[in-house]
Amino acid sequence: MPTAAAPYTTVIGLEVHVQLLTHTKLFCGCPTDFGAPPNTQVCPVCLGLPGSLPVLNRRAFELALRAGLALECRIAPFTKWDRKNYFYPDLPKGYQISQFDLPFATDGSLEVVDPRGAFPPRRVGIIRVHLEEDAGKSMHDEAAGTGDSRIDLNRAGTPLVEIVSQPDLRSPQEARAWLTELRLLLVYLGVSDCNMQEGSLRVDANVNLHVPRGDGIAKTPIVEIKNMNSFRSVERALAYEAARQWEEWQETGIEIGKAPKQTRGWDDAAGVTRAQRHKEESSDYRYFPDPDLVPVTVSDADVAAARGAMGEPPTALRRALEARWGISAYDADVIVNQGRDVVAYYETVAGMVGAGKPASNWLQQDVLRTLNDRGGTIAEFPVGPEALADLVGRVARGEFDTARGREIFAGLLTLGRPATPADVGTAVAALGITAVSDDDLVELVRDLLAANPKIVADVKGGKEQAAAGLIGQARKKNPNVNPAKVRETAIALIRGS
Amino acid sequence: MQPCELSSTDIVAAVRRGEVSAERVATAFLDRIARVDGSINAFLAVDREGALATAAAIDRRRRAGEPLGPLAGLPVAVKDVLCTRDLPTTCASKMLAGFRPPYDAEVVARLRRADAVILGKTNMDEFAMGGSNENSAFGAVHNPWDLDRAPGGSSGGSAAAIAADMAPAALGSDTGGSIRQPAGLCGITGLKPTYGRVSRRGLIAFASSLDQVGPMCRSAADCALVMETIAGHDPGDSTALSAPVPAYSQLLEQPLTGLRIGRVADHFGAGLEPEVARGVEEAFAVFKAAGATIHDVELPHARYGVPTYYLVAPCEAASNLARYDGAHYGHRSTVTAGGFDSPLVEMYCRSRAEGFGSEVKRRIMLGTYALSAGYYDAYYARALRVRRLIRQDYLDAFEKVDVIGGPVSATAAFRLGEKTGDPLAMYLVDLYTVATNLAGMAGISFPCGFTRGGLPIGFQLQGPALSEALLLRVADRFQHLTDWHQRRTAALPA
Ligand SMILES: [Zn+2]
Repeated sequence: MPTAAAPYTTVIGLEVHVQLLTHTKLFCGCPTDFGAPPNTQVCPVCLGLPGSLPVLNRRAFELALRAGLALECRIAPFTKWDRKNYFYPDLPKGYQISQFDLPFATDGSLEVVDPRGAFPPRRVGIIRVHLEEDAGKSMHDEAAGTGDSRIDLNRAGTPLVEIVSQPDLRSPQEARAWLTELRLLLVYLGVSDCNMQEGSLRVDANVNLHVPRGDGIAKTPIVEIKNMNSFRSVERALAYEAARQWEEWQETGIEIGKAPKQTRGWDDAAGVTRAQRHKEESSDYRYFPDPDLVPVTVSDADVAAARGAMGEPPTALRRALEARWGISAYDADVIVNQGRDVVAYYETVAGMVGAGKPASNWLQQDVLRTLNDRGGTIAEFPVGPEALADLVGRVARGEFDTARGREIFAGLLTLGRPATPADVGTAVAALGITAVSDDDLVELVRDLLAANPKIVADVKGGKEQAAAGLIGQARKKNPNVNPAKVRETAIALIRGS
Repeated sequence: MQPCELSSTDIVAAVRRGEVSAERVATAFLDRIARVDGSINAFLAVDREGALATAAAIDRRRRAGEPLGPLAGLPVAVKDVLCTRDLPTTCASKMLAGFRPPYDAEVVARLRRADAVILGKTNMDEFAMGGSNENSAFGAVHNPWDLDRAPGGSSGGSAAAIAADMAPAALGSDTGGSIRQPAGLCGITGLKPTYGRVSRRGLIAFASSLDQVGPMCRSAADCALVMETIAGHDPGDSTALSAPVPAYSQLLEQPLTGLRIGRVADHFGAGLEPEVARGVEEAFAVFKAAGATIHDVELPHARYGVPTYYLVAPCEAASNLARYDGAHYGHRSTVTAGGFDSPLVEMYCRSRAEGFGSEVKRRIMLGTYALSAGYYDAYYARALRVRRLIRQDYLDAFEKVDVIGGPVSATAAFRLGEKTGDPLAMYLVDLYTVATNLAGMAGISFPCGFTRGGLPIGFQLQGPALSEALLLRVADRFQHLTDWHQRRTAALPA
């Protein structure tokens, strides 16, 4: 929607390339490990040597199928392979094996909901999902001053799925949120590690503006932005590009169809998009069916197997956490966004404590914050879910208050080994925390009431909050008393007397 | 015993019985190559050392009583389109001059496991594109029956090697007739198996959906022997068929009584040389006398075979040959500047301009054009539709007959240079053979007579998918009734 701030609508479609989490390449048995010395993970097939033939890696197809199903796509019962022909030194065969007119998955969608309500829930259509092999990498050795280019073909033949969205996104913020949701989904599915630093997830964005005017809507020419290496870059690049197109539109008034689609690169350091040189080969890829590969038929059993291997996707998991543990949509979102391991951690704690909310608070405020500061994964976190559950349970039962609980938690982090419930007990004992019996508490409060007639009078007069004045005194006498219980007991005694 | 005059079957039997050593057999053929190949040019590389070492090892193992493979001691010449580990593999192209693959083609690996002895690599039309073997970057092959004539192509080197007794068996590849046509012109027997029956892994691709490796020998029985070794599923070739491989050489000796042979009237129209027609008709008579029946069948779309082939094959070839760009291996131009393009594009252009011969360039251009935006539907897609019609014709015909007989080529061997100036005339040499490949069927070619000038006449039998056992049997029975396949050329020293 155009607003006072932006008198146009930004229209965004995304093309996301995701590297599948397979051990081997799409059409040969070479490993796909990141960071190996150049050209050490290659064979005649991925080098495109004469006489070599591709053979489909079924595992890659299964993972792709999982992604297609999770994106609610229609799965083609029959899928073939096409050659996309173009010359480039990092493309050993002179063509890339891809899927052209019959992608294995089409017509899906993925919804993104912002729990803070920054934008309305947005269901973004998926035009297609297809499988293809990656190209290699050219390294232009300009530093050496020789002008030499070196080619590393380790990446050649790595399986990718390309996910193409409808132009349904309406702001850079939405685009970023949607990508975040997409990444989360793919990681949950075990389809990809989506590591952007290692190039496991790459994004191209198509963007233009819809400008309302008297006779309808004017559209600016579509620009494709490439080379964005983080979601933050995507958001910044799109914001920059929308503003740039708006300026250009005001100057030139050129509409879509009057100028060719432009490709621009994102310069993250300078914070600008720049026009890229037009590729000489243009876009005539002379696609045709690859005669070296037989078509793949996808049976109902294949689909069922892929569904079975999917697990609960994030959207369903958020709803499930809300329902199971009575936490807010916001809390469920935070937990689910941390990944499947954190969800499992949370559910263990909540289950043992028998309550979702305190488990959620401790997880978010203490565990995740510490994890953020220290780095590492939840699996390596020194306070395991059983130990945390023991601690949270004691707080919930009123053995001691949250502040005391935090002291104990901090102590557990310094053990230098994974903390157990036994460690919680030891820490409680070491701090001299013992449970105060109800009789002891009543006696203590009685003494305090006798010494504080004003408080007694205030409470009697209806000012219950006055009872809080007893808490500090009570803790001086016995640091183990539970503040809430002191307050409750005092009120009960005054009312009863 | 003169090993060079023995059949493949006899060589294997003699070596197994210890009547002759594998080394003596290999030496005899290697010596024959040294003596006569100067006038034929059938070989691009001869691996004398490797062949003798393999043969010696086989002899040692035989003497030690160790088990031997089914082709023990059989010398085999391999078309240079097939990769051979550490041996030059060039596809008769400058583009691949000096290329030594780090692997054997699956069929070569199978030959080695069966204890065959690889003699060397045979000449061919560059990247298997041609019908006369005149497109080799390393010179044309001469037909042993008349050194002024072409041996046919593209497996002309393999065919000539056998016709000149330089090898008892050879591998060829057949994309549109490249085994059957040179076999016909050189008076030997060549089998083009069903598409997918033999692995293409390590066969340097020309047109992937048409290419098929097959045996070329003096007789059908010899082809059956080699075929038993090279056929079969290969997990490394997704188009390879998994049907079990029959024991072809055990299935030859059944009479032809009741065999239904189809005859296509269109095969006997204008353009067929009368002498060839006579030879083919006499072959039909032989089959009839042996108890077979002859039936008229129609292949109405076969007349579109050549144009369809010259769309499908170049489209695939243009893509398959894109990898020869100067960047990774093979020929790279040393001239890298001076043009209008970027240095990279200049390197591509010059490397390909220098590396490829004109027929290869012609087909790359044809294929690139036919696949270009705006032309795909008019050419490539339409060709695929015609291809399906051609295939359906065959399926319909094989409801009525067991095999289809006819000429393999319209003429006997033509003169070198006779058709080189006219590509369209050259493309018609595949007239009778291309449809088999387009339909994915099997075919065999064997000699059925000689012209008055002493040139062999070839007979072609086509059969349904996986009919190799039948084709080999029918050809073998014919060869028991005739001796055309035993004739030897007098044009060469003995
Ligand atoms: Zn590989």
